[in-house]
Amino acid sequence: MANGSGRPLSPHLQVYKLPLTAVMSITHRITGVGLAVGTLLLVWWLVAAAAGPEAFARAQGFIGSFFGLLLMFGWSAALYYHLCNGIRHLVWDAGKSFELTDADRNNKVVLGATAVLTVLTWIVGLAVW
Amino acid sequence: MASNSKTLRSPLQVARGLGSAKHGTEHWWSQRLTAIALVPLTVWFVFGVIRHLGADHAAFIAWMKSPFSAVMMILTAVVTFHHAQSGLQVVIEDYVHAEWQKMALIIGVKFLSFALAAACVLAVVKIFIGA
Repeated sequence: MANGSGRPLSPHLQVYKLPLTAVMSITHRITGVGLAVGTLLLVWWLVAAAAGPEAFARAQGFIGSFFGLLLMFGWSAALYYHLCNGIRHLVWDAGKSFELTDADRNNKVVLGATAVLTVLTWIVGLAVW
Repeated sequence: MASNSKTLRSPLQVARGLGSAKHGTEHWWSQRLTAIALVPLTVWFVFGVIRHLGADHAAFIAWMKSPFSAVMMILTAVVTFHHAQSGLQVVIEDYVHAEWQKMALIIGVKFLSFALAAACVLAVVKIFIGA
């Protein structure tokens, strides 16, 4: 390494290329915060339904608009990511899958499951809608 | 936990049980418990949302008039907000270091989360009893 000692330098976040496992770790947190903000839409939906037909039509109209659908797409992808990666966290909590080979494999499992579930949901959703 | 403090209890005895934060593993455990609960609740919720995309008011009301759906929606909202506030608390504790800002944010997030959960519960109950 650059310090000439032959010993490895500790990673510095600004110059260190994060491995996929690290990127996925911070993504879990980012999607969690995003989903927390997204709960506002759930509150609006339920309260509007309780308020009456006009309020509910306004909420449904927003969700069905281009911007609303864009939000819903991001929200559904974040939800599936947080769900799949959350299950991975529960596996870690059980003391399993700490080997590097497990981590590399589970990166792909979580990303693949997120993509498949998101696309499947939207195919079914747009077909029903 | 200085070893020369007046107590005769060993440092280990003080740390055992509740630990320095005085909450033991309670926060960690409730985060996991709500996470496990949210797995089936989320699956139910996604199916419910898909089935009511673009639904009119009457169809939505009919859905929430079913006792099963009403209970599931209340559980989804309450557990989601409980999970959200405990997760956001950890994020705030990790990144906000000024004590008063940290406390203000955590208190704000918790108050807002439980207020929004209460709003969701009231909405579902109102629809269910048809008031």
